[in-house]
Amino acid sequence: MDFDETVPLSQRSEWADVVPLTQDDGPNPVVPIAYKEEFRETMDYFRAIYFSDERSPRALRLTEETLRLNSGNYTVWHFRRLVLEALNHDLFEELEFIERIAEDNSKNYQLWHHRRWVAEKLGPDVAGRELEFTRRVLSLDAKHYHAWSHRQWTLRALGGWEDELDYCHELLEADVFNNSAWNQRYYVITRSPLLGGLEAMRESEVSYTIKAILANPANESSWRYLKALYKDDKESWISDSSVSSVCLNVLSRTDCFHGFALSTLLDLLCDGLRPTNEHKDSVRALANEEPDTNLAILVCTILGRVDPIRANYWAWRKSKITVAAM
Amino acid sequence: MADKLVADKHLRYILNLMAEKKKESFESVVMDHLRMNGAYWGLTTLSLLDKLGSVSEDEVVSWVMTCQHESGGFAGNTGHDPHVLYTLSAVQILALFDKLNILDVEKVSNYIAGLQNEDGSFSGDIWGEVDTRFSYIAICCLSILKCLDKINVKKAVDYIVSCKNLDGGFGCSPGAESHAGQIFCCVGALAITGNLHRVDKDLLGWWLCERQDYESGGLNGRPEKLPDVCYSWWVLSSLIMIDRVHWIEKAKLVKFILDSQDMDNGGISDRPSYTVDIFHTYFGVAGLSLLEYPGVKTIDPAYALPVHVINRILFTK
Repeated sequence: MDFDETVPLSQRSEWADVVPLTQDDGPNPVVPIAYKEEFRETMDYFRAIYFSDERSPRALRLTEETLRLNSGNYTVWHFRRLVLEALNHDLFEELEFIERIAEDNSKNYQLWHHRRWVAEKLGPDVAGRELEFTRRVLSLDAKHYHAWSHRQWTLRALGGWEDELDYCHELLEADVFNNSAWNQRYYVITRSPLLGGLEAMRESEVSYTIKAILANPANESSWRYLKALYKDDKESWISDSSVSSVCLNVLSRTDCFHGFALSTLLDLLCDGLRPTNEHKDSVRALANEEPDTNLAILVCTILGRVDPIRANYWAWRKSKITVAAM
Repeated sequence: MADKLVADKHLRYILNLMAEKKKESFESVVMDHLRMNGAYWGLTTLSLLDKLGSVSEDEVVSWVMTCQHESGGFAGNTGHDPHVLYTLSAVQILALFDKLNILDVEKVSNYIAGLQNEDGSFSGDIWGEVDTRFSYIAICCLSILKCLDKINVKKAVDYIVSCKNLDGGFGCSPGAESHAGQIFCCVGALAITGNLHRVDKDLLGWWLCERQDYESGGLNGRPEKLPDVCYSWWVLSSLIMIDRVHWIEKAKLVKFILDSQDMDNGGISDRPSYTVDIFHTYFGVAGLSLLEYPGVKTIDPAYALPVHVINRILFTK
């Protein structure tokens, strides 16, 4: 950076020819924003070049100063794009600029949209760089919604699918409860041009997910992912023994939350799974209630007890069970 | 621990924010470009507490109009660029004061309609960012202005449905992770256009009620995230629109919101014992409205405006 941030703009010779424009709020503005002096001055100078539409190198530098003070200011980002285009500025440098701003605060829509605008212009050559950038952001916050959105866009628009499933695995190793990583995993297996699609991937993914479930049975994400693998294929969902087995396995344990195993078993029963004696015994072992109740109804009763904050939901599920779903 | 809504303190908090010019705070600095949103949050909260009369209607309305661009869209503040985010807030503010009649409806609605893309999605402004948030904003705004016929509603709805995930939720774009904020936007847009049948209400209702944390009673926005008062709005309004709100434990959620108040200075924060801000103050009060808390007026879950305001719009002209 080649400007001295401690010297006010009004005292810099470079800006001597510019008359800063103050904000016209009117006499009694609504929700008036009280300004720190530096911010106010920088905005006044920005306003001047914005209204005179000056698309010069110093204007570019001024937008950087302004964005450092407030990276959420969308008008400044817009104007910066106009200046970048007018100057035909090096967009690789712009990627670096965005990364510098992101260091302070990466949770704003404007920064990410600007990044996408730049990356789109640079094309598939920067696929790797965009994946690397989002990886860095995700290493600080693995559930960063903007970063995931940008990463999905990058794969779709620029490519780079090769290592994505491995990356998901890496994140899940670090935190198996990372719902974003599970979502990305689904994104990859259903959309990657390098893999065979959901059905082709199902067996390996079921195996992967079951391992994750057994390691942490109280994980909402892994159970949902398991079900998603059987999208539109109810037959396979109820007939694949590994699905009901994992439920039984978890239910037989005394050291963990049973809620997701029970709700998954409930879904299977309602979808037509014919319960074996093993299923019945497993559930009845958890019941304080009458043992000859309809199994699905019994599961709902137990759920109302182990997941009490959702008692109304489980009561509703119970009310929907017909005798046929025994 | 709190056992009641300290409405008077919140009123004072909001009016102070709106009146004081010389306050030095980080919050005021970063809010400059989204003042229109801040005004909507503050004014709607006042309206829900039946205190909208505490501010000068003329001053608010004339300031709002200074933010309108020649394109018809509104900016976040005077001298900023237009964007649908601030256009909706501006229209909502005018609706609060029953001043929609001062708008050149043709101009505003053309601005929004012009932002619909080929695939039915909406951009936020001329720079082309696409997000289901903007689908909601466009539909909500045009509905208030009674100009929904200016867009291709079928395509808009189909695009939103393409963002539906297998858990029943919706993300910002096709394949994006389900997130309560995005779900509110998608469900709201579908509700306003009469397309709630495109939602799997039972499945989504379950996903939404799973957001409630047993310990605190608060709601989070995605699995394994922390509860936050703003989800009292996003999750709750979605549940109400799909008629499944009885699946959450209301009393515990009320307690979570009340415990997030600053009992001395007013305002509500994202969770108990944190710093308050106008955003969470609005969502906390709006959430309490949805929970039928006494003394708070009823809010419409789809339009995010008091019901009496929406009724005024829908039942006139």
